[in-house]
Amino acid sequence: MNGDSPIISINSVSKTFPGGVQAVQNADLEIREGEFFALLGPSGCGKTTLLRILAGFETPSTGDVFIDGKNMHGVAPNRRPVNMVFQSYAVFPHMTVADNVAYGLRVSGTDRGEISGRVKDALELVQLGEYGTRQPGQLSGGQVQRVALARALVKKPRVLLLDEPLSALDAKLRETMQMELVRLQDTVGITFIIVTHDQNEALSMADRIAVMDQGKVLQVAGPGELYEYPRDRFVAEFIGKTNLFEGTNVGWESGMLSLLVNGLGRVELPCAEHLYHDVGLAVRPEKMLLMQERPDHGYLAFEAEVEKIAYYGSESRVFLATDRGLALEVSIRNDTRAAADEQLSGRRWVVWRPEDTLILPD
Amino acid sequence: MKGARRSHGPLDYSRRLWVRITLWLSFAFLYAPIAILVIYSFNDSRRNIVWRGFTLKYYERAWNNDSLIQAFANSLTIAFFSTLFSVLLGMLTAVLLWRFRFPAKAPFEGTVSLPIIIPEICMGVAMMAFFTRIGWPVDLPWPLNLGAITIAHISFSFPFVAMVVRARLARFNREFEEAARDLGASEWQAFRDVLLPYMKPGLIAGALLAFTLSLDDFVITFFTAGPETVTFPVKVYSMVRFSVTPEVNAASTVLLLITLVLTTTAILLQNRSGRD
Repeated sequence: MNGDSPIISINSVSKTFPGGVQAVQNADLEIREGEFFALLGPSGCGKTTLLRILAGFETPSTGDVFIDGKNMHGVAPNRRPVNMVFQSYAVFPHMTVADNVAYGLRVSGTDRGEISGRVKDALELVQLGEYGTRQPGQLSGGQVQRVALARALVKKPRVLLLDEPLSALDAKLRETMQMELVRLQDTVGITFIIVTHDQNEALSMADRIAVMDQGKVLQVAGPGELYEYPRDRFVAEFIGKTNLFEGTNVGWESGMLSLLVNGLGRVELPCAEHLYHDVGLAVRPEKMLLMQERPDHGYLAFEAEVEKIAYYGSESRVFLATDRGLALEVSIRNDTRAAADEQLSGRRWVVWRPEDTLILPD
Repeated sequence: MKGARRSHGPLDYSRRLWVRITLWLSFAFLYAPIAILVIYSFNDSRRNIVWRGFTLKYYERAWNNDSLIQAFANSLTIAFFSTLFSVLLGMLTAVLLWRFRFPAKAPFEGTVSLPIIIPEICMGVAMMAFFTRIGWPVDLPWPLNLGAITIAHISFSFPFVAMVVRARLARFNREFEEAARDLGASEWQAFRDVLLPYMKPGLIAGALLAFTLSLDDFVITFFTAGPETVTFPVKVYSMVRFSVTPEVNAASTVLLLITLVLTTTAILLQNRSGRD
C-alpha cells in the first residue's frame, strides 16, 4: 500500500443542475490509496453529488475527475473501477442474496466457477455465509446493508463509495457497524469514501475528512486537526460544540493581539501573525474550567452566572451568562460520583488557557 | 341507547337491518340481469321466455354453430395480437413518460390517455372513416383481414397498459437501476435485469386488461368489422336481432366466464404488485 499516491484526484470540479442550483463549486480533492475518507456536511451541501460524480451518475459541469490516474470524462458508471453502497442499499428484491452478490460478476462475464467462489468469500467477509439462499425481504436492515457491502466488494473495486450507509440503522446498530466498516476496510485494504452528515461518524471512522457546505469544500484534515484547528466558523460550529465570540481588533504588538469582545471585555491573546482586521474566537466547551476564585495570571477568566445544567452521564454541560449577557457553554467531566452529584449554581469564573483559543480570520 | 341495540359494536354494520337491505338491493340491481342470463342459458325452451327445465343442449348448439365459432376464433385472434402490441407499446410509452424529459411532454401525456376518454361511438366512426380514407384493403385472407379491427383495438387498449405500468414505475427506486449500472451492467442489461422484473406485475395486469377490453368490445369493432370479420360480440348482437334464444345466453355465459377469470387474475396481480 502506497500511502502517498492519490487514487482519486478531483480538479476544480463544479456541478450546476438545470435550474441553476450549484451543487458543487470548484472542489479540489486528492484522496490517497487505502484511505478511509469522509465527505462531511449538512444535507444539501453537495457531498452526495460529489460522490455521484465519482460513481459516474452525474457529469461535472466543469473540472476533471481522475481515478487511478485516468480521466473519467465520458466514462460510463459500469466502466469505472469504483463500486457504490447506496443509501437505500438498493439490494434487488427479486434476487436471492447470493444472486445479488453474483450480479456484478455475472454481467461483466466472469466465469461460473469463479463466481461461486468469490460470492462465497464475499458473503463470509460480511458474516453472511449462511444467508446465500435467502430473499432480501427476509433479512434485517443491518443484514441487507451487509449484502450491499458484499455485492460491491466482490467486484474488487479500487475505491468503495458509501452514501450515508448507516443512516437507515438504529443508534445501537450504527455504532457496531461503524467499527465493522473500519475493520472491513482494514481487511480488504480498499480505499473507502463515505458520505455522512454525522460528525461523530466521520470523526470516529475516517482517516481524513473533507467538510463541505453550500457546494464548497471548506477544509480537508484528519479528525484531530479538524476538531482542534478548524479553519473557519462553519467548520468550528459544525464539528462538535464551540463557543464563538466576535472580537474587535484594537491592536497587535510584539506577538500579542488585543481584542474587545462583546460581552466579555478586553481579551489578550498570543498571535504570531500581525493581524489588522476583526476576528472570530472559538473555544471548545471542554477546554474551559469553572472555578470559585479567579486564578493567577496565565489564564483568561470571566465571571458568569450559572443558568442551566444538562446532564449527559459521562459529562455535564453548564450554560452560563456573563453580566453583559454573553452566553457560554462549559462541559465538565463527571469523573467522580461526587462531581456528578454536585449542584452547580451561582457565580463562577469561566477559565481557559489563551492558547486554547482559536483565532478565526473572517 | 337501549341495551338491545348496544349489543352490536360500532362497526357491525351488517347486523343493522336497513344496511343489510341496502346491500342486498344493490346486489340484486347489479347482478340479477346477469344471473338471469346465466340461468336461462340452461333453459329448455326455444323462445326462452318461461322456464321449461334444465338442459345443456344450447351449449352444444352454440358449439356446433360454425359462424359463431368463427366469430369466437376471430375475437380471440384479435385479442391476442391486440394484447401483444398494446403491452409493447404501453410499456414503451410508460417508460418514456416516466424516464425522460422532452419538449411537449405534457400535451403528449394528455393525448396518450385520450382514447380512454373519447366516447366509443366517436372512436368507432373515426376508425371507420380513417380506414376507408386510406383505402385499407378489405379482401385479405384470414387472419390478415382482422388487421383493421386489431389496430383499432390497440389504439384504445395500450393507454390502459401505459397507465397501469406507469403507476407502478412511479414507486420505482432509481437506486436499483443505478446499482445495476454501478455493478457493471450496460443500460440494456440494467433494463432487462432490474426494470423489467419490476414492471412485470404491471405488464401482466395490463395485458389481461387489454385482452378483456378487446374481447368484449362492441361499438368500435362494429364500425370497423366487415362481413367477413365478425367478432363474437358483433355476432351475438346479430343473433339477438332475430330472436333471443338460449344459444345466445350460452355463448354470452362463456364470454362472461372468460372475462371474469381474466379480470380477477389482473386484480390479484395488481394487489400483489402493490405490496412489494
